[in-house]
Amino acid sequence: MKRLLKGGRVVDPVNGRDGIFDVLIDGDRIAQVGTNLSTDGAEVINIPSGQVVCPGLIDMHVHLREPGQEHKETVATGVASAVAGGFTAVACMPNTRPVNDNAGVTRLILQKAAEASLARVYPIGAVSRGQKGEELADIAELKEAGCVAVTDDGLPIATALLARRALEYTSMFNMPVIEHCEDQTLKGDGVAHEGPVAASLGLRGIPGVAEAITAGRDILLAEMTGGHIHIAHMSAWTTIEAVRQGKSRGVKVTCEVCPHHFTLTDDLLAAPVAYDTNTKMNPPLREARDRDAMIAGIVDGTVDVISTDHAPHHYDEKNVEFDRAPFGIVGLETAVSITLDKLVHTGLITLTRMVELMSVNPARILNVPGGSLAVGEPADITVLALELPVTVDKTRLVSKSKNTPYHGWSFKGGVAATIVGGRTVYENPHAGHR
Amino acid sequence: MNPAATPPLTALKQKHLLGIADLTPAEIVLILDTAEAMKEVGQRTIKKVPTLRGRTVINLFFEPSTRTRTSFEIAEKRLSADTLNVAIASSSVVKGETLVDTAMNLEAMAPSMIVLRHASSGACHLLSRICQAAIVNAGDGMHEHPTQALLDAFTIRERKKKLAGLKVAIVGDLLHSRVLRSNVLLLTKLGAEVWVCAPATLIPPGLTQMGVTVTTRVDEAVEGADVIMMLRIQLERMQGAYFPSQREYFRTFGMTEARVARAKPDVIIMHPGPINRGVEIASEVADGTQSVILDQVANGVAVRMAVLYLLAGEPQINTAAD
Repeated sequence: MKRLLKGGRVVDPVNGRDGIFDVLIDGDRIAQVGTNLSTDGAEVINIPSGQVVCPGLIDMHVHLREPGQEHKETVATGVASAVAGGFTAVACMPNTRPVNDNAGVTRLILQKAAEASLARVYPIGAVSRGQKGEELADIAELKEAGCVAVTDDGLPIATALLARRALEYTSMFNMPVIEHCEDQTLKGDGVAHEGPVAASLGLRGIPGVAEAITAGRDILLAEMTGGHIHIAHMSAWTTIEAVRQGKSRGVKVTCEVCPHHFTLTDDLLAAPVAYDTNTKMNPPLREARDRDAMIAGIVDGTVDVISTDHAPHHYDEKNVEFDRAPFGIVGLETAVSITLDKLVHTGLITLTRMVELMSVNPARILNVPGGSLAVGEPADITVLALELPVTVDKTRLVSKSKNTPYHGWSFKGGVAATIVGGRTVYENPHAGHR
Repeated sequence: MNPAATPPLTALKQKHLLGIADLTPAEIVLILDTAEAMKEVGQRTIKKVPTLRGRTVINLFFEPSTRTRTSFEIAEKRLSADTLNVAIASSSVVKGETLVDTAMNLEAMAPSMIVLRHASSGACHLLSRICQAAIVNAGDGMHEHPTQALLDAFTIRERKKKLAGLKVAIVGDLLHSRVLRSNVLLLTKLGAEVWVCAPATLIPPGLTQMGVTVTTRVDEAVEGADVIMMLRIQLERMQGAYFPSQREYFRTFGMTEARVARAKPDVIIMHPGPINRGVEIASEVADGTQSVILDQVANGVAVRMAVLYLLAGEPQINTAAD
């Protein structure tokens, strides 16, 4: 079956396109991209002006919680949330229960993803068995079962030695080691960014350098071993500085930033709702200097990826004292609107750069298909509605969990439709197609 | 009386007392003035007024406390409130009911006020969002302990007749202390010159932005001070290698008679208790003539009566010997 996306603005950095083109889909593949393509035998989908056709967005950092914590999210609800947020693929973290440190868990996740048949799911395996930081997991087996990277996310790789071994070992499989950078001794029992806000609220602090110290360690190890280190969810200006230096020396280091870290600061912990547990995540919201450094890194090219660190938690788990609440917020359904509003419409970055950050680079880093609308590529396509007014309503989130700090926020720009393998898996009723 | 003058404040704007941060200077003065009338009640033979008759006050304590809980309970009883104590060991909460569920169950029994002591900063804010009852913060984690700061201010004012312009030196564990945060907020709002002193490991970031002078030299902090306020070294929290030993702490930061001699001759020595003799304060100082530590305890009852009375929103005070 053929489908023709007609007359939309196509932004496809890999193929050097930013202009009005038709995109012809044949089955699950891109068949042709050009102007005035024949509509013969194709279902025609007219793309309204103000909408953008781009390679499907890929979120390389989500927690789908299955197996083990299905009250927060399942693979099925997670991928439904993903496609509602414009993501055609997600890479899911291994800190499930049990941990994804063996092929059995990997296959379970992939099977659930196949049943749901919405976004593509790329499991990420554990670096260490049980994420205990003691010995390497069976990484070759994980790779064979379908894992695209390894990480002990939630925790850093426990020791420099294990990080070294992981970087050496994974270099055989062309897969990155993704690091949650956080020196655990400096973190202690901290629950918020260490600074004046946490001090005045009486919350134990996690200093920014706790992140940069681990990042620095891993960048040096990547340099030594030739392995690929990917620094997850950066939050501190010192971390991005370490990455910038590493890149300038030619180290194989890539990195990501989440929307909350380039939009929010720890002031949100004090007001408007003091001790709102939906402002608690790890790494924590930091100061304006850190937030501004994230934006600067996105603008100057240091940052490779915008990911969400989608971390669903049940209402009951968040409805507790701040220090007892789990870290994390949902992010899949707000990332596109935040990025369009805060980065693209403000003129900080171009749409091309946004597509690089959210599609091209995640595909390249994880060595997965996508990130391109070249002929023969899978027809994974996100249609963005640039001017669409969006007001976040947590009660209407598709995700099983509603823990967002953006409830009630309004943004300009959203998702019009999400197409995976040629099939429209999400269509925004407010963004009128056809 | 000057008709153009602002009418004196007679009520608090807030429904709850979550922290000194929410109080205006005028509200603080109102509480202190009201406490003076309440102190008089405590000096009568029959130490009871009917002000809170028919009101139920629950003292919900998730942390062990002798002084604060007793003080609140006596204050409530002197105001004729129906009072009850619910003490819950933090450990059992981990397994059992959440704070929100506990509060909603108590709330269902329609208390007028809940006095809450809890190990988590912000616990009172959480309750204030779900309860109709007025929430009184009796100490939340490392955040605030507003009635302690109020009774400290009351005690200082009683001795010095003012707060503005006084040099107050606060020495001890600044990092973990809710007493520090409340006192800094209160004293700076009322114009005192506040110095704080601790080992560098126990100084939280951002203190200077709160309008105080920070030093690690205790002699400098107490030099010419009108008030020396000691903070407890929380021995149970000192696992994080904040300083090498109690002995070294006392040598470097302990309040000795020699250090007190650097302050003004009429300096008063304060401590929120419980004190660690020979750790943060020498017994000679704690028990000396300049010590007002037990006055603080006595004044705690009057100040808490004032807070409860003002939060209850009674139209009229019935404490005068009329």
